[in-house]
Amino acid sequence: MELRAEALSYGYPGRIIGSDVEVALTAGEIVCVLGPNGGGKTTLFRTLLGLLPVQAGHIALGGRPLQDWSRRNVARVVGYVPQAHAAQFAFTVREIVLMGRTAHVGAFAAPSHRDRAAADTALATLGIGHLADRVYTEVSGGERQLTLIARALAQEAELLLLDEPTASLDFGNQLRVLDQLRALAERGIGVLFSTHDPDHAFLCAERVVMLRDGRILATGRPGEVITHDNLKRLYGVEVEVVTATLADGRASQLCVPGLAGLRTGSRPRPAPTWH
Amino acid sequence: MTAHAFDTLRLGSLGRYTLPLLGLAALVVLAFAVGRFPVSVGDLYAATIGKLTGTSRPVPATVETVIYQVRGPRVLAALVVGAALAAAGAAYQGMFRNPLVSPDILGVSSGAALGAALAIFLSWGLIGIQALAFAGGLGAVTLVYAIGASLRGRDPLLTLILAGVVIGTLLGSCVSLLKYLADPYNQLPAITFWLLGSLASTSPADLAVVVPTVLLGLVPLVLLRWRMNLLTLPDDEARALGVETTRLRLAVVCAATLITAASVAISGIIGWIGLLVPHAARMLVGPGFARMLPMTMILGAGFMLGVDTLARTVATLEVPPGVLTAVLGTPLFLWLLAKSKRAW
Repeated sequence: MELRAEALSYGYPGRIIGSDVEVALTAGEIVCVLGPNGGGKTTLFRTLLGLLPVQAGHIALGGRPLQDWSRRNVARVVGYVPQAHAAQFAFTVREIVLMGRTAHVGAFAAPSHRDRAAADTALATLGIGHLADRVYTEVSGGERQLTLIARALAQEAELLLLDEPTASLDFGNQLRVLDQLRALAERGIGVLFSTHDPDHAFLCAERVVMLRDGRILATGRPGEVITHDNLKRLYGVEVEVVTATLADGRASQLCVPGLAGLRTGSRPRPAPTWH
Repeated sequence: MTAHAFDTLRLGSLGRYTLPLLGLAALVVLAFAVGRFPVSVGDLYAATIGKLTGTSRPVPATVETVIYQVRGPRVLAALVVGAALAAAGAAYQGMFRNPLVSPDILGVSSGAALGAALAIFLSWGLIGIQALAFAGGLGAVTLVYAIGASLRGRDPLLTLILAGVVIGTLLGSCVSLLKYLADPYNQLPAITFWLLGSLASTSPADLAVVVPTVLLGLVPLVLLRWRMNLLTLPDDEARALGVETTRLRLAVVCAATLITAASVAISGIIGWIGLLVPHAARMLVGPGFARMLPMTMILGAGFMLGVDTLARTVATLEVPPGVLTAVLGTPLFLWLLAKSKRAW
């Protein structure tokens, strides 16, 4: 299964957020979207999910135009993990994860034993089975994010789109989420996620898409694309990319940012306030 | 999870309803027994058994009249109206992702009231009253929702509630205009008493029209009981999970408005039930709609029956039940608000 956008313009009628965007996601790979706030990442994700109409160009899912797919059928193939949010009603974590089964449950039916089993499996996979009966509004931000990922797992989608899954998480939980993304890809799921930390791309992504002001700045393997020059153009800050040798002898690339020159240097122009 | 664990879970959820159902049954017996003409529990039992088995009944004819002609329809009406208003409130709260909305706050009740008053003004029958009440309620909630949706960028909850208040006031003045224009000798009292909200004059014929309408509105809510949970999520998320939210929302708003309109058509405007009862139900069984809906209906039926029984026994003159629900509802709601620490 492949999700592919070509010559895509997205946004709203009369207010285009991004244009000329090419993105592709296939089973088993991890693609990371990097870009400053207000760069149009969330709007791009919403368009790729078919939640916003395409303004120009086209998106194909499994070779068929996305707009020909029903919501139910899209949901069986593509899962979406939004940023963890506050809920209005005190559902338990298990009930939230069970909602991931919607596309597999008949319109007038309730989840079956199989659906419940799938939800429990998803919880166990992410190691949060002990949270199942806790109230979603009372668990921590990291646990909420893991709950929403579990919900997408229960959906049994082949492709997953995650909107800043590591935002609002502490250091340890960020790494746990990235590790889960890698585990998902190893199981053959295609993962597209956005993040604010280029090191996350080094840690687990096979391809990077750099998005600035709704245009693709660069795309390619992390080692080729995440460079001093590209990061300077993307974020307007000085970052040195170094290769470190780890204790076990492996080499690992990472970004070393510097604060020098920030106050006098060029700042990226302010991001649009609406996104 | 093993099959055994599931069985105990099922029993557990059945057990949760036992106590409220027993309470409701006790309230029904009490409602038949008390009043200006007290009926002993023994007579009530004998009359019920007699009716059920068709055997000879040692019950005085007056007692039988009180049970079947006077209190029977009224008790049934209270149960139906209470369950209906509470169920509609639960549906609106889930659908607007907001635990503070209810038929009265969203303008549904005032819209339905205007429709019903217009039908009385035009001397239409009960079916006409229901139909216009439904049209008025649906029109009002659509208007309120459209206003809330078009004024983006502000606090959506505040916008929705303010829009409901404003539209409700406007519709209220339309009702006043109708009252001003109505014939003061028969239409005006009819409209006024109806607006006060009362179950005193409910006849079996009224029930024969209203009960099927309420049931008709309940069917979609029961069928969509699980999908309703998805509407409490942000729209994008629900759609990404595979729900056609626009269609689902339309079905739910029509069902809930039909239920509200049908009950408003016999009871007049009775506030608070749609706001208060779903809260209590959520505290007992959580927000899952499949379990919350039956609990809401049991509690709503009980609350309305209790209020109506009080309304006709507390003083020599009948107190309008709408007044009583407000008097009881306000402190109860404040207490709930202060007590509940967790989210709705």
